[in-house]
Amino acid sequence: MKDLPAGATTIPVLEVENLSTVFATQDGAVHAVNGVSFDLRPGELLGVVGESGSGKSVTMMSLLKLLPMPPARIASGSVKLGGRDILTVSDAELREVRGGKVGFVFQDPMTSLNPVFTVGYQLMEPLREHMGLSKAEARRRAAELLGLVGIPSPEKRLEDYPHQFSGGMRQRVMIAIALACDPQVLIADEPTTALDVTIQAQILDLVKELRERLGMAIVWVTHDLGVVAGIADRVMVMYGGQVVEQAGVHALFEDPRHPYTRALLETLPDMDGGRSARLRSIPGQPPVLRDVPTACPFAPRCAHAFEQCHRANPPLEPVGEGHLVSCWWDYARTGTGPEENTHA
Amino acid sequence: MLDAATESAPLVRIQGLSKHFPIHAGLIRRQVGVISAVDRLTFDIRRGETLGLVGESGCGKSTAGRTILRLYEATEGAIIFDGTDIAGLSGEQLRRMRPRMQMIFQDPQACLNPRMTVGQIIAEPLDEHGSLSRADKRARVEELLDAVGMNKGFANRYPHEFSGGQRQRIGIARALALDPDFIVCDEPIAALDVSIQAQVVNLLEDLQERLGLTYLFISHDLSMVRHIADRVAVMYLGKMAELASRDALYHEPLHPYTRALLSAVPVADPKIEATRKRVILQGDVPSPANPPKGCRFCTRCPIAVDKCQWEVPEWREARPGHFVACHLAE
Repeated sequence: MKDLPAGATTIPVLEVENLSTVFATQDGAVHAVNGVSFDLRPGELLGVVGESGSGKSVTMMSLLKLLPMPPARIASGSVKLGGRDILTVSDAELREVRGGKVGFVFQDPMTSLNPVFTVGYQLMEPLREHMGLSKAEARRRAAELLGLVGIPSPEKRLEDYPHQFSGGMRQRVMIAIALACDPQVLIADEPTTALDVTIQAQILDLVKELRERLGMAIVWVTHDLGVVAGIADRVMVMYGGQVVEQAGVHALFEDPRHPYTRALLETLPDMDGGRSARLRSIPGQPPVLRDVPTACPFAPRCAHAFEQCHRANPPLEPVGEGHLVSCWWDYARTGTGPEENTHA
Repeated sequence: MLDAATESAPLVRIQGLSKHFPIHAGLIRRQVGVISAVDRLTFDIRRGETLGLVGESGCGKSTAGRTILRLYEATEGAIIFDGTDIAGLSGEQLRRMRPRMQMIFQDPQACLNPRMTVGQIIAEPLDEHGSLSRADKRARVEELLDAVGMNKGFANRYPHEFSGGQRQRIGIARALALDPDFIVCDEPIAALDVSIQAQVVNLLEDLQERLGLTYLFISHDLSMVRHIADRVAVMYLGKMAELASRDALYHEPLHPYTRALLSAVPVADPKIEATRKRVILQGDVPSPANPPKGCRFCTRCPIAVDKCQWEVPEWREARPGHFVACHLAE
């Protein structure tokens, strides 16, 4: 694990509490995110892992109200940035936060850059908007940022349009834009998923280096457990719109407690197993979240589920040093978790 | 499985296979150049084996797979399938070979007609190439659904009613309909979630064992290829860089690109990740419309010498069964 940069405190920069997001669809409501809570300390890299539909992206979009509303609606919760709840601030203040204190990098750099403006224009816009820089100052800073993310001859490339960059270079541009206003928090949603492995390795390397130099806190959303193992300090595992486990990266990989986390790690091909070993798979399908779950969302696919799992949704409880799990089986097995009968 | 495969003659022999796409520009769409998507590939696919074909996007691996099945017209070279060169076949002769070679596609959403029922989708190859009665066809569809682990009653449903993993099973059932010998699997699990990927890979392995299938498994996922393949081929910018048995390729890669590619794959273990040394390649893959003159990897190669800039490395058997195209490999 990386040491926190000098001067870092343990007071969280970002505190998310009991966040729930609901979508209104033609077929009724979809409860995409249900009571998600987590915090992020300065300089920390939190990995968020989950499969499609687990609610990881919707959680991140909800933090800055980036979802179209309607159909989306934030049903409950608070998102405190430096102590202030940004879900309740005015639109003008929210604009200050977006791209200012919080930078965002999305999965697909082609669709999140505007194809009709030069990269330089798109980099200078937040600088002028949030930092009030003059055109010349913004230009100088924009070139500096492109250089920072490793784009060769940055001054010249300011004049280029997004299509003139390769996929990996475009993602670097996105990171440069996200970093433009010295954010306290960088939220990266599957930023390397669309990239090839050798380019992904370049970007991961860059992020590690930038984090050491700039000391910001990062939330890194991915479905790739390998990426998380390489860069995260702490990991949060999501399933069915809720957090099922949260732990330090070493604890999570050495002592996974939730049956979903354990199954997920077991589905990965063993590097030395070869064909002789059959892959472990998780039977069944992820849930469709029509209602607020009244049982553990993983229970129908869980090898350890018993009667209680189908009757009550387990709360996220501390089971070890900085290790949180939401699983009745684990509480019973290890003698941790809440009192047996609280749900009855 | 590999032992049995080594003894028998190859099912598919690819010799000097190229596929060039023309580039048109200007008012009268004159041809101004070519993209050599696949350039002079030579390799064998042994009967009953799984040959993994890996590489990054744009390296030509999918084009190679499609050209081998004659879904694209080869620009030059031979595709010898079970003794017959199918590169030159046309019309009825080619049509008669088609049932023996099938394909499974990446996106099970895009490759299933949304207006056809699952039963119609699976039966379509039977209509085209077979002469079964209605009742026999129905029985065959049910048998195929059963083989891919799906309920027989699903034959009357439509693709949108199924999840990604189930749709991929439908695609597999369709590919199996005509009892093929050889299946090109083009990124069959790339669009699926991790927990579902394992289900589909296990199914492909079971079917291979039961039906004696030969697979060309195209993927960018090196750890999954390591699991499923007997031998692995690596492509870079339209060229074959290396081909070897799985263990030789993963333990003793000879080509610098293979080494960089393997070292870039993240490992799901924080202890290993913390101590690992990566070969981080500089820059991007050059455009296939204007590839480097000598070795195509020379612009990013960490060990390139002068010779690599102007002389194309020969595809040679550096060790028994271990092929490589690199001047510096021993």
